[in-house]
Amino acid sequence: MSGFVIEMRNISKIYPNGTIANNNVNFSLKKGEIHALLGENGAGKSTLMHILYGMIRPTKGEIFIKDKLVEINSPLDSLKHEIGMVHQHFMLIPSMNLAENLILGDERSKNGLINKKEIIKNANEFGKKYNFNIDFSQLVRDVSVGVCQKIEILKALYRGAKILILDEPTAVLTPQETKELFVELKKLKKDGHSIVFISHKLNEVKELCDRLTIMNSSKSVGVYNVSDLSVKKISEKMIGREVELDFEVPEKKLGKSILKVRNLIYFNKLGKKKLDNISFDVREGQILGIAAVEGNGASHLLETLAGLRKDYSGEIFISGVNVNKLSIKEIRKQGLRYVPADRMKDGVIKDETIYNNLIVDRLEEGEFIKHWLIDFKEIKSFARSKVKEFFIKCKDENSEIGSLSGGNIQKVVIAREFDNNPKLLIINQPTRGIDIGAAELIRKKMVDLKQSDSGILLHSADLQELMQVCDSIIILYKGEIVGYVEEPKKVKPEDLGYYMLGVKKDTDVSGVINE
Amino acid sequence: MNKKLKVEIIRTLIALSIAFTILVVIVSLISDNPLEALYNLFLGPISSKRNFGNVIEKTIPLIFTGLAVSLIFSSNNFNLASEGAFYFGGVMALVLCFTINVPSIIFWIILIIVSATVGAIIVGLPGYLKNKTEASEIVSSIMLNSIMFLLGTYILVYYFKPANSRAVSSADFPDKYLMPNIIAGTRVHFGLFLAIFAVLLIYLLMFKTKLGYKIRMTGKNSNFAKVMGINVSLVLLLTQLIGGALAGIGGAVHTLGVFDNFTSNRSPGYGWDGIIVAVLARNNPLYVPLAAFFVAYLKTGAAIMTRRSDVPAEIILVIQAIIILLIISKNLISKIEFKILISGKLDDGGAS
Repeated sequence: MSGFVIEMRNISKIYPNGTIANNNVNFSLKKGEIHALLGENGAGKSTLMHILYGMIRPTKGEIFIKDKLVEINSPLDSLKHEIGMVHQHFMLIPSMNLAENLILGDERSKNGLINKKEIIKNANEFGKKYNFNIDFSQLVRDVSVGVCQKIEILKALYRGAKILILDEPTAVLTPQETKELFVELKKLKKDGHSIVFISHKLNEVKELCDRLTIMNSSKSVGVYNVSDLSVKKISEKMIGREVELDFEVPEKKLGKSILKVRNLIYFNKLGKKKLDNISFDVREGQILGIAAVEGNGASHLLETLAGLRKDYSGEIFISGVNVNKLSIKEIRKQGLRYVPADRMKDGVIKDETIYNNLIVDRLEEGEFIKHWLIDFKEIKSFARSKVKEFFIKCKDENSEIGSLSGGNIQKVVIAREFDNNPKLLIINQPTRGIDIGAAELIRKKMVDLKQSDSGILLHSADLQELMQVCDSIIILYKGEIVGYVEEPKKVKPEDLGYYMLGVKKDTDVSGVINE
Repeated sequence: MNKKLKVEIIRTLIALSIAFTILVVIVSLISDNPLEALYNLFLGPISSKRNFGNVIEKTIPLIFTGLAVSLIFSSNNFNLASEGAFYFGGVMALVLCFTINVPSIIFWIILIIVSATVGAIIVGLPGYLKNKTEASEIVSSIMLNSIMFLLGTYILVYYFKPANSRAVSSADFPDKYLMPNIIAGTRVHFGLFLAIFAVLLIYLLMFKTKLGYKIRMTGKNSNFAKVMGINVSLVLLLTQLIGGALAGIGGAVHTLGVFDNFTSNRSPGYGWDGIIVAVLARNNPLYVPLAAFFVAYLKTGAAIMTRRSDVPAEIILVIQAIIILLIISKNLISKIEFKILISGKLDDGGAS
């Protein structure tokens, strides 16, 4: 006996488009351990785990479960081996209750009928067995993301999983929810479950895990005991170089108001109020942060400000001009730039070159046009300078966006949107899922823009990031401003967490903030 | 060579060879003299000047419709009204021939303007409906084709068919309005130059102008285009108008270049064939003439084969369909592509 419940040997995976996701990776999991799988985005962690879960077939390699060579062709196979996976994105049906979601796909019915009361009762008992205190009669759309995350884990347990793969389970949780989850995971471990914990948050890994495997550019860098490595050492091994985790944001005197939002109210198509009477200002030279748990209106707010929807009430002024009736093109002419949360969907064109992804605004302003025709020579030299300035790792400016890593794709978006001294930047999740080096560069560039008098509105799920770069922070809960932190340096992430969870609400934020 | 281009070329060649293999098998099964049938199909078009002239004559309309479809497809829109626009371009030639009397040059200029306008309106209509009502442009454009065909036939029968004629055709066009022939002994006409001019123009439009840039960006990711402030619905509408204009001009030029009069079968599906041309050319205007020539060659060969052997020309439709299927089924021949793309990329891990 090797003592491992899972051993993956020499796993390689090449995707049909030629991307190498895994290159001879070895991975092992002991019974009753929580094993962190670390690496920057694109390092191949998710691919490796999808192979273990049977969603992806490896190009090459062997998987042993309890020392027996097995073949896993589908998630059903992996369930037979008691492996369950919780994905980064929730796979739940919003209009059904928690109990129905729990048993979906594995309904144990009587005569083909499902008794709603009974399944809720059974689900409640099942939850208690694993010390998850949840009321299963609630609908998914009414519960917080923290509860959704727990349901996902329970779903795997319900199907008999003894080995759990958790793909960034804390990415969207508040500090409080994370703490709660960790208590539950530790209990599972005590009961003999083994857990693979994929994460970017090294502090959490330090707190929760026993061993860790680090991946870098599709290869495994090594396996370590968590107690043997400091956070700094781990991050060095992940990136292959030293990083500056902290940097000082210089003090800056704020200028005049560049964005004014007044009484913004928005209802979604289901008639649910998504933004509730929001008023605030962003001023020149200011980075204003927005903290909120996913689904509480931050993205709606940012998309609305970027001009993506018009069916709201209230008023938006950019540099004093009312933009309610302006088209996106006209709003951008006012100096607005926007970094969308979903860069692949809204931020770039995947199968286009870097240079074509950089030039929309400048082309619109009539640049790069010579004798009626586009001057691609000039465009390419412009693109080359941007590639250099933003350290975009690529063959050259002719490379397709799809061939770049997530961090470098985001750098292309940033290079375009930060170009030409924008007056106001609306930035949504700029560093989600990208490598530490790129994230570092993007934060520095935001501070540079602030220094040159741009106003920035920034939403990020990464509270550390918000507290590091923002001059002040607004907290949204259920579409409403519930808190305003004037000096983020003076508070702890947990303090923001109370607002984000709706536990705490300031009464003096009903007026206009930051005017 | 760029790996992607290599993959596309290989994909096309594989699609063609599979399709031709199937063709050979079918012909061998149904023909008493398969060798002769295949000889006529593949070499018939170059067996005489007249036959080769037929190839070029068919290439001209296919370039116009191929360009139209390429342009529309590049914006990720699947408006298929080019067929109706092409047919109505012919109808416009008919109408103008018998209603105005001006010098030839002026006539041709008017003809091009009118047929372009009418073509643009026809192809633009499904686009407009989609903007206003979100009706799928695929469905409405296909239905519109039937409407245009019947409307054209109505115009022919009720206004331009000589009362004493028993055939459903117009009187002969005035000689001065016919497109000048450019190669004696064939029906190759001046429209060839117009087609080549159109190729260059559309190439410049697509790859060298701001509008072309917007069309391509919209086609590849309309979300991105919208977020960046491009007026997506306007870009789509303009693309369809230009495409329709091309198809309309193609229909007018073809009618006056090849025929003496107008009948209701003046477009044997050139609008539809524009789709296969666009697919073969990967929507790139510069490859359109090559693809159009290839399709015209096959069509001419098929016609000769029908005349001289016992295999029906329709078999070529089967072959065209197979080619399109193979080219657009990206995963069907992915193993070979995969090998090209990954060649020399993986470390040699060795045994554990």
